[in-house]
Amino acid sequence: FLGAGGGNDIQWCFSQVKGAVDDDVAEADIISTVEFNHSGELLATGDKGGRVVIFQQEQENKTQSHSRGEYNVYSTFQSHEPEFDYLKSLEIEEKINKIRWLPQKNAAQFLLSTNDKTIKLWKISERDKRPEGYNLKEEDGRYRDPTTVTTLRVPVFRPMDLMVEASPRRIFANAHTYHINSISINSDYETYLSADDLRINLWHLEITDRSFNIVDIKPANMEELTEVITAAEFHPNSCSTFVYSSSKGTIRLCDMRASALCDRHSKLFEEPEDPSNRSFFSEIISSISDVKFSHSGRYMMTRDYLSVKIWDLNMENRPVETYQVHEYLRSKLCSLYENDCIFDKFECCWNGSDRQVEFLSLCTSDLSKLIVMTGSYNNFFRMFDRNTKRDITLEASRENNKPRTVLKPRKVCASGKRKKDEISVDSLDFNKKILHTAWHPKENIIAVATTNNLYIFQDKMN
Amino acid sequence: MECTLDAQSLISISLRKIHSSRTQRGGIKLHKNLLVSYVLRNARQLYLSERYAELYRRQQHYPDGAPLLAMPACPPPAAAAPPELAALPLPADTQDREARSCGAARGGAELLEVPVCAVPPELQRAPCRDSSPGFYRAAGSAGPGGGGSAAPGLLYAAGCDFGSGGAPHCSSRTTVLDLDTHVVTTVENGYLHQDCCSQCPCCCQPAPGLASPPPAPGTKRKYYPGQEEEEEGVEEGEPGGGGVAGGPPFAPCTKRARFEEYSAEHPQDSSNISNLISIFGSGFTGLVSRQQADSEQPLNGQLCSKQALASLGAWTRAIVAF
Repeated sequence: FLGAGGGNDIQWCFSQVKGAVDDDVAEADIISTVEFNHSGELLATGDKGGRVVIFQQEQENKTQSHSRGEYNVYSTFQSHEPEFDYLKSLEIEEKINKIRWLPQKNAAQFLLSTNDKTIKLWKISERDKRPEGYNLKEEDGRYRDPTTVTTLRVPVFRPMDLMVEASPRRIFANAHTYHINSISINSDYETYLSADDLRINLWHLEITDRSFNIVDIKPANMEELTEVITAAEFHPNSCSTFVYSSSKGTIRLCDMRASALCDRHSKLFEEPEDPSNRSFFSEIISSISDVKFSHSGRYMMTRDYLSVKIWDLNMENRPVETYQVHEYLRSKLCSLYENDCIFDKFECCWNGSDRQVEFLSLCTSDLSKLIVMTGSYNNFFRMFDRNTKRDITLEASRENNKPRTVLKPRKVCASGKRKKDEISVDSLDFNKKILHTAWHPKENIIAVATTNNLYIFQDKMN
Repeated sequence: MECTLDAQSLISISLRKIHSSRTQRGGIKLHKNLLVSYVLRNARQLYLSERYAELYRRQQHYPDGAPLLAMPACPPPAAAAPPELAALPLPADTQDREARSCGAARGGAELLEVPVCAVPPELQRAPCRDSSPGFYRAAGSAGPGGGGSAAPGLLYAAGCDFGSGGAPHCSSRTTVLDLDTHVVTTVENGYLHQDCCSQCPCCCQPAPGLASPPPAPGTKRKYYPGQEEEEEGVEEGEPGGGGVAGGPPFAPCTKRARFEEYSAEHPQDSSNISNLISIFGSGFTGLVSRQQADSEQPLNGQLCSKQALASLGAWTRAIVAF
């Protein structure tokens, strides 16, 4: 068999790092979301300052076949500004919570970006030529005196330096009372959902003045509130199906054909709690911070504070696989509660499809992805190979920044004697957290965001 | 799981988090506050169970004439043997995850929160921080000191309508039996089941068995300096049988009115927030002992912590309700 796609079989090498070198992190530079577009050519990041930075991959250079194209800044724009809600005396943060790309339909690229309250559709387009030779205007735009015009000419397009422009095409506002945590584009590419703590709304990409509420879990009496929505996503293939996760560790799958308001789930995915693990913080660590469908839509992955779980959509009573991300933190939950780290929301992602994985999928009729990735502390990130059940811990650090040097696996020593090269739990830096990671949809290229830097790793090409 | 903090520290840390979340940019984060309220609830349950254990231990030392005995039973009057207190775990029942779960709705629950009607003298002297919430009530089938049954006690039911004989459920009626004074009080629309009994009228009494005249119905509870005029009338507690020896009626409506205000359509009304927080600050002065809470009027120490702990769930959910 091919034995392909294993997290340990891929040799990850440092490729690039973007962002300030300073240890002193400016709050506005904190990266809050990372997302590849559908082709993988573009990589977008959003930050706490409301800015979006898009990187573009260089075309592969035929002479340099040992590395894939580098990512360079393509466009930067201010997506959201801080706002003030006067009615509620509340400041609305400009931090970009999520970016989602639309599939490309023409020369321009479109993405949705959202802060806590407002979603915007941005058009990113290139301009590489401009008209020149107007009759009534000078080149600098000043109007000519008409009496000096003695001949007529037709303006022509002349090449110019590439300019990438971002313009907001739609603004979807005033539909959310609570903080938006997710947006997800439907497979029909016409509608999308946005989810806040208590409600999920369905929008049409062309229509900004109304949205449909499809989930509402706000209780009649707010004191009865026991859970909130933490993430939501449309099924990759079925345009009437979506899931949403809750702070109680449950996932609900809903079908919009069943009723206009999908308050009753079609499926409820929940694993009973292990009573021996019960603690003061059980509710916090079971809260799901991210949910992602697999490429095929047959599986979904959830991330809670300590683990990643893979669920088969056909089995509701427990996940098919559970991977411990940093179980050694279970005995430290108290301190993590004190310093607020226990509230960190880690994301998770599936690997993209590559030729080997697709071949395997065809052989086994299993269209699931084989590797999952998620972040941890101390700038560590973890990968789990679903096939071999092996896992690996890697570090995003400028010290490993020689291109084409394979990253050394890291190991945390939970207790007892620390071996050489291991790091003990107490030495972990909890300020260095990797919350956001993304995997190129087609190649083995990953983008890993530390607090204010973006690392790009590639597999070592032979 | 090793936890280096005791329940009380966790409570104060959690309250601080809730308090400081108000001033964070972007407004109150509902999700985070909800999670913090769960920690608060868990810590409080442990705190209460520890107090219960301590009270039980005292009772073991002073089996006769103890003014305060604690005995859980579910459903009453069954339990003869006291539960194994040492083994009392944090409630692990899934039912208990429901923030509003009726304590007694758990099958086989070993611990019920019981309305307390008086703080025993020795606990009254204790400083606020250490005073018992005094949730547990002496039960005796015939007065204090343990009557007929071998088991010292029999209990009573917070928030569950056992009287209707059915399976315990979170009904809207609360029945409280003060076994010292033999006052049975029933309240309709009692509010947070495990919490409402802390507003038991008996709590207003300074000591067990004292014949102090009960406050008249409709009296404002005097513990919350920020308390506004009652918007709704205070419901009279109706005697469930036997004479009502007195005791001011429950005043759940006052609190309900206040909460309804906060759970209104525009929950982020800033004047209500500051109002609530000022109450919070004063109500929890005793608990948040290390830091200087906003200086509100100092409250009667033991009542402060007793009521604070009693209403913890309610208050924190109110905070969360923004």
